[in-house]
Amino acid sequence: MRKDILTVNDLNVYIGDLHIVKSLNLLFERKTITAVMGPSGCGKTTFLRCINRMHELIPNTRVTGDIRLYNHDLFQLNPIYLRRKVGMVFQRPNPFPTMSIFENVLAGYLLNGIKLSKAQKAEIVEDALKKAALWNEVKDSLHRKGTFLSGGQQQRLCISRALAMKPKVLLLDEPTSALDPKSTAHIEELLIELKKKVTIVIVTHNIAQASRISDHSAFMYLGELVEHGPTQKLFTVPKDKRTEEYLIGKIG
Amino acid sequence: MADRIFKRSLALSGFLVCLLLAAIVLTLFWRSLPAIQEQGFTHIFSANWEPNMGQFGSKPFIWGTLITSFVALLLSIPFSIALAIFLGEYFKKGMIPSFVKSCIHLLAGIPSVIYGFWGLFILVPIMRNVQEFFGIEPFGVGLLTASIILTIMIIPFSISMAQEVIEMVPNDLKEAAYSLGATQYEVITKVILPYSKSGIIAGTLLSFGRAVGETMAVTMLIGNSNVMPSSLWGPGNTLASVIANEFSEATHSLHVAGLVQLGLILFLLTFVINLVGKWILRKLKHELNP
Amino acid sequence: MIQKTSLETLLIKNYLFKGLIVFLSLLMLLPLLFILFFVLKNGISQLSWAFLSELPKPVGDTGGGVLNAWVGSLLLLATTSVLSVPLGIWVGIYLSEARNSKLAFCTRFCVDLLQGIPSIVMGIIAYIWVVVPSGHFSAFSGSVALSLLMIPLIVTATEETLKLIPNTLKEASLALGVPYWKTVLKVLVPTGFNGILTGILLSLSRIAGETAPLLFTAFGSPFLETSIFKPVQSLPLLIFNYATSPYEDWQRIGWGASCLLILSILGFNILAKVVKRS
Repeated sequence: MRKDILTVNDLNVYIGDLHIVKSLNLLFERKTITAVMGPSGCGKTTFLRCINRMHELIPNTRVTGDIRLYNHDLFQLNPIYLRRKVGMVFQRPNPFPTMSIFENVLAGYLLNGIKLSKAQKAEIVEDALKKAALWNEVKDSLHRKGTFLSGGQQQRLCISRALAMKPKVLLLDEPTSALDPKSTAHIEELLIELKKKVTIVIVTHNIAQASRISDHSAFMYLGELVEHGPTQKLFTVPKDKRTEEYLIGKIG
Repeated sequence: MADRIFKRSLALSGFLVCLLLAAIVLTLFWRSLPAIQEQGFTHIFSANWEPNMGQFGSKPFIWGTLITSFVALLLSIPFSIALAIFLGEYFKKGMIPSFVKSCIHLLAGIPSVIYGFWGLFILVPIMRNVQEFFGIEPFGVGLLTASIILTIMIIPFSISMAQEVIEMVPNDLKEAAYSLGATQYEVITKVILPYSKSGIIAGTLLSFGRAVGETMAVTMLIGNSNVMPSSLWGPGNTLASVIANEFSEATHSLHVAGLVQLGLILFLLTFVINLVGKWILRKLKHELNP
Repeated sequence: MIQKTSLETLLIKNYLFKGLIVFLSLLMLLPLLFILFFVLKNGISQLSWAFLSELPKPVGDTGGGVLNAWVGSLLLLATTSVLSVPLGIWVGIYLSEARNSKLAFCTRFCVDLLQGIPSIVMGIIAYIWVVVPSGHFSAFSGSVALSLLMIPLIVTATEETLKLIPNTLKEASLALGVPYWKTVLKVLVPTGFNGILTGILLSLSRIAGETAPLLFTAFGSPFLETSIFKPVQSLPLLIFNYATSPYEDWQRIGWGASCLLILSILGFNILAKVVKRS
C-alpha cells in the first residue's frame, strides 16, 4: 500500500497576473499531520485551498500541474464528491446559526438531501462529536442552536461537522488563531488523536504549534516550497538559510 | 448542472426588472403620443388645459408642482437640519433620541390620504382665518396649504439623510476644533455643517423628488383649478393632482392620452431629480472613502 | 475685560443656538401629535364590532361599517405579496451574489429608478397594462400597480440582509461539498430570513396606505368583493371618498377608517420590530 495519500506535482497557481504558488512538489503521508508554515502572503492558504478546490471561488484563478488523491487527479474529479473526501476547517468558527448542534454536525448530509435513518443520524452525530472531543459537553443540548458555545467549542463543532462526512483528509486553515490558549491546547490534543484516523494538513503561522503536533513540516516563502521534511529534523537542522531565519523569527 | 440553471435564473430575474423599467418608460411614451401629436410638440408647455378641445398644455401643472414642492422644501430645511443636529450632535444616546426617532418614523408612516383628511379639517379652517385676517379671498385650500402639508410630509425623509451625514463627520476634526477653544455652536456651524454640506444637499434633493410625486394630500388641499396659478394663496393643481382628479372620469381616449402625457412629464421630472441626487451622493461617498 | 465679555457672548450664543435647535425640533413634533390626537379622538369612538363587520350604508342612513374596505385591503395586500415577494427576493439574491457583473449594475440602477417613480404613475401603467385590455377595473390591476411599488422595496431589503451575512458561512457550506445553489437557498436565505421578513412587513405597511395607484385600477366598490377580477374597495380609497364628501355621516366613518388604518400600520411596524429582534 502506498504510503502517500496526496501528491502534489509541479503546482502553479496564478490569481490574475500574480504568481502565487510556484512549482510546488510535495507528498503527504497517510495518517500523519503535516504543517504548512510561512510568513503572511507566502501562498500557504492558497495552496491549502487548492486541495479541496475552494480556490475556484476566487475569480481569475488559474492552475497548472496536478494534485492526486489516491492517484486520482483532483482537478478531474467532481468537486462536490472531492469535498466529501477532503474536509476543511476554517480560521474563524462558522457553525450554521439557523441549525441546532445536532443538525450542524449532519449539515453535510442535510444540505445535500442525503436521506439517513434516525438511527444512522444519531450514530454519525455521536461518532463525530466524540472524535472531536465535544460529545460529553454537548450531549444533553444537542437540539439547541450552536451559537451559545464558546469559541473553542464552536471550532470543535466545526471539526466534527467536517468529520461527520468521514473524509480521508482534513484540511485546517489556522484553526486556533482566533482561540484562547486553553482551547488551542484542547484542539491540538484532539488533532494528535485524530491523525490515527484521518490525514491532516494544517496551515499555521504558529511555529511552536507546528513543532508540537506535526510529523512533517513544509516551509513556504514567497510562493515557493523552500524546504520540507520530518518536523524534528526541519526544526533542529534546517537545510535552507531562509528556513532557519523563519524559525528564529527573522522573517515573518 | 443545477448550479448553472440557478445562476442563469438569478440573472434572468435581474434582466426582468430592467425589462420592467423599459416597459414602463415605453408605455408612457407610447400612450401619450396621441395627445402630443394632436396638439403639436411645442404646445405641451402651453398654459391651456382644455381636454375637450384637444389642448393639453401642462404649464399650469408643472408650475403648480414646482412651486408647492419648492416652498415645502424651503420650509422644511430649517426643521430637518435642526432635528439632524439634535439627533446627530446634542442627543445621541438615550431615551430622548429614541423617542424622537420613533416619532419621526411614525410621521413617515402616516398615509398621504390621512394627512389630506386632517388638512381638510384642521389646516384649511386655519388658513381661512389667516386669509380673512389679511383680507385675501378665504379659499382655505390652495398652493400654500398644499405646501404646508407637503412640508410636514417630507421632513422625515430629509432628516434621516442629514442625520447620517452629520454622524459621519470624523471625530478628529471635531476634536481639533474643540482643542482650539471652539464652543459646540462653532463646531457645528463651522466644522460639521460645511463638511456635511453635500450630503444635506443630496438629502434635500431626494426629498424634493418625493414632494414632486406626492399625490393624495396635495389633491385634497390644493383647490383643483386648471389655470395658471396666480398667487400662493389661491388654488392650483399639480401634475399628480390633476391626474388623480380627471383620470377615472376621462371620457375619451385622447383625454387619457393627455393625462398619460402628464404622467410622462412627472416621471421625467422625478427621474432627473433622483439621478442628480444619487450622483451627488456617490461623489460624496468617494470623497469620504478614497 | 474685553476678553471676558467676548467669552460670555460666545457662551450665550452657544446656549441660544442649542435652545433654537431644541425648539425647532419640538415644534416639528407638534403636527405629529396633533394629527394622531385628532384621528384617535374622532375615530376611536367609531371602532366597534359593527363598524368592522358591516357594509357602508347609503347616504342619509346612520351607521354602517367598513367591512368591504378592510377585506379589500387585505385582498390587495395578499395578491400584491404573491406578485412581488418571490420576484423581489430572487432579484435581491442575484444582486447580493453577482456583485460585479454589468447586468447586476444595470439591475441595481433600474431598481433604484423604480423606487423613485411616483405611485400615481404606477397606477397609470397598471391601467394601461391591465384595465384597458380587460375592459374593467379590478383588484388584480390594483395589485399590479402596488407590486410595481413593492418590488424595489423587497429587493433592497433582501440584498441588504444577505450582504450582512459573513462570507465564511458560504465557504463552510461549500467546503462540505454542498453545491452552490443549495448553499444559497438552504444556508444563506434561511440565515437571512428574519431580515427579509422584516423588510416584507415594513413594505406592506407602506403599501397598505397607498391610495393614488388604486384610484383608477381597483377603483373602489360599495360591495364586499372577494374576487380579484372585480373592482374592490380599500381603506385608503374609502377614506379619500368619504373625507371629500359633504356628508357628516360619511366623514365620521372616514375618521373611523383612518383610525383603523393607522392602527394597522402601527401593528405592521411593531410586528416588524419584534421579528427583527428575535
